[in-house]
Amino acid sequence: MAQTQTHGPEGDDDDVDRRDFLYIATGVFGVTGIAWGVVWPLIDQLNPAADVRALAKADVDLSAIAEGQQIVITWQKKPVFIRHRTAEEIETAEAVELSALKDKETDDERVRPGPDGALQKQWLVMLANCTHLGCVPVGEAGDYDGWFCPCHGSHYDTAGRIRKGPAPTNLVVPDYIFLDETTIQIG
Amino acid sequence: MHESTYKPASGFTKWLDQRMPILRLAHDSFVDFPTPKNLNYWYTFGGILSLCLVIQIVTGIILAMHYVPHADYAFRSVEHIMRDVNHGWLIRYVHANGASMFFLAVYLHMFRGLYYGSYKAPREVLWMLGVVIYLLMMAAAFLGYVLPWGQMSYWGAMVITNLFAAIPFVGEPIQALLWGSFTVDNPTLNRFFSLHYLVPFMIAGVVILHIWALHVPGNNNPLGIDVKSKADTVPFHPYYTVKDGFAIIVFVILFAYFVFFNPNILGHSDNYIPANPLATPAHIVPEWYLLPFYAILRAVPDKLMGVVLMFASILILFVLPWLDTSKVRSLKFRPIAKQFFFLFVIACLVLGWAGGQEAEGLPLILARLGTVYYFAYFLVILPLLGIIETPKPVPDSIHKAVLKRTAEAAIGGSGVAVPAGAAAQKPERQI
Repeated sequence: MAQTQTHGPEGDDDDVDRRDFLYIATGVFGVTGIAWGVVWPLIDQLNPAADVRALAKADVDLSAIAEGQQIVITWQKKPVFIRHRTAEEIETAEAVELSALKDKETDDERVRPGPDGALQKQWLVMLANCTHLGCVPVGEAGDYDGWFCPCHGSHYDTAGRIRKGPAPTNLVVPDYIFLDETTIQIG
Repeated sequence: MHESTYKPASGFTKWLDQRMPILRLAHDSFVDFPTPKNLNYWYTFGGILSLCLVIQIVTGIILAMHYVPHADYAFRSVEHIMRDVNHGWLIRYVHANGASMFFLAVYLHMFRGLYYGSYKAPREVLWMLGVVIYLLMMAAAFLGYVLPWGQMSYWGAMVITNLFAAIPFVGEPIQALLWGSFTVDNPTLNRFFSLHYLVPFMIAGVVILHIWALHVPGNNNPLGIDVKSKADTVPFHPYYTVKDGFAIIVFVILFAYFVFFNPNILGHSDNYIPANPLATPAHIVPEWYLLPFYAILRAVPDKLMGVVLMFASILILFVLPWLDTSKVRSLKFRPIAKQFFFLFVIACLVLGWAGGQEAEGLPLILARLGTVYYFAYFLVILPLLGIIETPKPVPDSIHKAVLKRTAEAAIGGSGVAVPAGAAAQKPERQI
């Protein structure tokens, strides 16, 4: 700026600067205005609507599920596995070395405490969509007697941890709490 | 571009020509358009594809009059079309099989382009617009396949939308935008219907650009050499309107076989089971035309890399004009490249087969080999061959090459041959 001409027919350089500022300010104001006021609403309308978001929690009564049995419920319209694990299944899962796992999680990290604070190891609650491309795996199947996804061949163990195949992570354990001994609330 | 030969005949066409020369444009593009005189039947798929697009749009608009894009009614409304709507079965079978026929034609069209080097200068933009059309076709086909809301529709949508979740950081927000819910759900179906209606018109728009980009340099041809004089060309009408017309009739016969005698052979019986979000069918596969890419996806044991390679396998076509270093367009004159090309066709077919099988054992091994060859063809073989291969001599002109062929046919004494002198006098009759 120091070298710009300050006199002569081109006019005062202060004037030019002010005009530049106006152009830039108008441009920035216009672009942000359009981005925030026009573009974002047109994109955000695609996100889950309020009635869909309202389906955030689900209470499930566990008392009817016998040992070794599994039910599938829906939460946020997604299938969720709730499995009453046998002692043998828990033992198998606990015996696995962390080094053998692709997504390292202990069996204890896969279960949640009951109202008395003790881990409810017999209850395994997981989203039923394979972490690869979302198919629902088949229970009590696969090389590790956990879950097997028929779509692209992912094998999960009895804690729902990925052991073999293309899935990148363990089956997802959603947020849930025990309301009492036999009721959980997911979400 | 060539000089316009349009002469408005009546008072009205003269009046219109001065105000909006649309008839002149049509005349110069599709009647007196100079076209290389040696085009073979592999060059008829452009016309066939235009017809496919028209068929899909017309049947699609009609189906939309009877279809209900809601998770609770979609499956039933499709059955309503099949059983209750007058001629609904015909219109739906034409639309469903039309998608397959569209892809059959586009694959032959693309392999034609690959073989005769139609993607090379000065036709790079033409080729890239074609790849855009192909991408839009795949989007339209996928979106459309979701609409009947059967088991394959639902789980196909689940798998494809989950591909996006593999993208780091933005993957899951994108997935939420696609779903409009926490999973594939009614909002997903609703917006897929809206987009499925939109995409064909986008295709139609790009087709216009594609034809524009074709008419600037003119057609490539089986010899891959430029048109040098008027003797190298014939007018589009009647020579190629008739040739395209004949090819369309043959193609429609094949189309009719599927529609009337085997309408479900290209589909999956699982899609006649209503969508069930709690149970995935034992064996889910996409439609046949997407199988090679599905095979590439599953050939990689890593989720993100599988998705990356699958998209790369299509996007690589955009840079093909710059990957192939050979100046000779047609593989007719490239003996080594020709062999690699046929291997490439086989690799694509093998990938297609492997994509339909369970991803283990032999199909998995073949899918991996096919994937390696697919990428090697574009990234290694074509760039290197242009440098090390010695092409055969290319003819001076299309006209001379055609004359020579006619003369050889005459000497060979085949039944259809005419005296060499006659051929020399009226060469354009002897294509």
